[in-house]
Amino acid sequence: MSASTRMSSRLAAWLPRIVVAPSLLVVIVTVYLFILWTGLISVTSSKFVPTYDFVGLEQYVRLWATPRWHTAVANLFIFSALFLALSTGLGLLMAILLDQNIRAEGALRAIYLYPMALSFIVTGTAWKWIMNPGLGIQRVVNDLGWTDFRFDWITDPQMAIYTVVVAGVWQSSGFAMAIFLAGLRGIDNSVIKAAQIEGATLPLIYRQIIIPMLRPAMLSVIVLLSYIAIKSFDLVLALTNGGPGTATELPSTFMFSATFRRNQMGVGAASAVMMLMTVAAIIIPYLYSELREKNNG
Amino acid sequence: MAEALSQSGKARLGRIVIYTCLLIVALLYLMPLWVMVSTSLKPLDEIYGGSFIGLPKVVTLDAWRAAWSQACIGTECTGLKPYFVNSLLMVIPAVALSTGIGAINGYILTKWKFPGANFVFGLMLFGCFLPYQAILIPMARTLGLLGLAGSIPGLVAVHVSYGICFTTLFFRNYFVSLPDELTKAAMVDGAGFFRIFWSVILPTSIPIIVVSCIWQFTQIWNDFLFGVSFTSGSSSPITVALNNIVNVTTGRKQYNVDMAAAMIAAIPTLVVYIVAGRYFVRGLTAGAVKG
Repeated sequence: MSASTRMSSRLAAWLPRIVVAPSLLVVIVTVYLFILWTGLISVTSSKFVPTYDFVGLEQYVRLWATPRWHTAVANLFIFSALFLALSTGLGLLMAILLDQNIRAEGALRAIYLYPMALSFIVTGTAWKWIMNPGLGIQRVVNDLGWTDFRFDWITDPQMAIYTVVVAGVWQSSGFAMAIFLAGLRGIDNSVIKAAQIEGATLPLIYRQIIIPMLRPAMLSVIVLLSYIAIKSFDLVLALTNGGPGTATELPSTFMFSATFRRNQMGVGAASAVMMLMTVAAIIIPYLYSELREKNNG
Repeated sequence: MAEALSQSGKARLGRIVIYTCLLIVALLYLMPLWVMVSTSLKPLDEIYGGSFIGLPKVVTLDAWRAAWSQACIGTECTGLKPYFVNSLLMVIPAVALSTGIGAINGYILTKWKFPGANFVFGLMLFGCFLPYQAILIPMARTLGLLGLAGSIPGLVAVHVSYGICFTTLFFRNYFVSLPDELTKAAMVDGAGFFRIFWSVILPTSIPIIVVSCIWQFTQIWNDFLFGVSFTSGSSSPITVALNNIVNVTTGRKQYNVDMAAAMIAAIPTLVVYIVAGRYFVRGLTAGAVKG
């Protein structure tokens, strides 16, 4: 073998690695290095621009002493819990109903899922208008004769977070439905037939057999929806802009306004690290189990 | 006999209940779209007169015209048109680049496995679930250093960087199921790395290319966080401009223009969804459904 062919065969062996290297480099820098960088900023006194003086955990102490952050965290719990429960429940129900040999299933599925194609800014804009107390649903019902009817959640600091839940569920429950439906289609029909021969009723079959079999789909839905909930930002901004006051502040909007509006970059970075840790605590075990099962199976 | 009859009656009742539930939910889901479209077609006086859910009495395209070319975004009263163009200039190169890079990455990570290939994939996979707040500040600084701050090429770079995590996932999971014999046979015939990619792998991957393009198009077109963080004024994408139009607080609120603007921002992704919904769903569930 001549020197030049040896060279070229060695090059050929390395070629795949060379081609994938730029992507890997980009991901390492823009994901992992940037995370470290954010972590670094969170332990400095940075305000408008990063300043690299070490102040320990001061920004985290300040973050957790900020009432606005407490509102944001509390809202995240309320929002995530309701958003998850309602999207999952509704998604499962729609998937089960759609799985009953429905005529026009394709059209119905398309209707349930189209909100997923919209930007959260569009969704927020639409629902802001629908829930407008002066001209939206409240007005319609008032004009129908129920003059005492009130649906002014969007201007009520106590209730405003629930408007975010409504819009979020409208946008994302179709997604849960799609995953559940895929799960249902993967279940062997003979299981259902056998149970029917045994005399089990359909609701019982679903409760006892089918829903437990949907556990992997359920896990996926819950993990992916939690991720959507934690990063929800545009929806709140378009729907309520965090208000009234700070009533619908979420960690994502808090991070943004601290960093880019209130010149508290250190606090913003600390809040970003808190968000990242929350997501990582949910996602990493999930990815780990998904990958491991795939490799074994 | 009578029992069988009541059985079938019961079954029919069940069907009616199921269809009624499905239809009610469908109407609820369509309601916001209906409200957006009908509001955008009404004159403003009709809206303030209390017509919310009903058909427009007078159909006018004035609000659409205003949203497209007259509405004020900040101090510039240009309508959404230039921002729509911005979004197009951002989304086309970003989708093409991220899909192309994802395809070749997926090819390498399945057909040219090297030690540590799975680890590389794992690194990229976590990027799909990154809460972008965790990288906003460093990215803003880096774009500034590179002279890309506030520009469309800057946004393209950001979307490609994070997009390749998703596209690599799509292509890797698709190529994993292609038989290795395909590439091995081509190798025996003397085809090299790029040759196999072009003439063996790519022709089989049209469906996943469509999935990747649709997913990336929807994500990038609908993005707001990067747009609002890294651009300002006339270089903003359409989602940012829409939010600015809607949050104008001066004067009589023009709800019909708001809704027309929202529709203009929504139409490209809605069209993609209607034309290729099947592929859209595949992209959506790719991160979830086990192989």
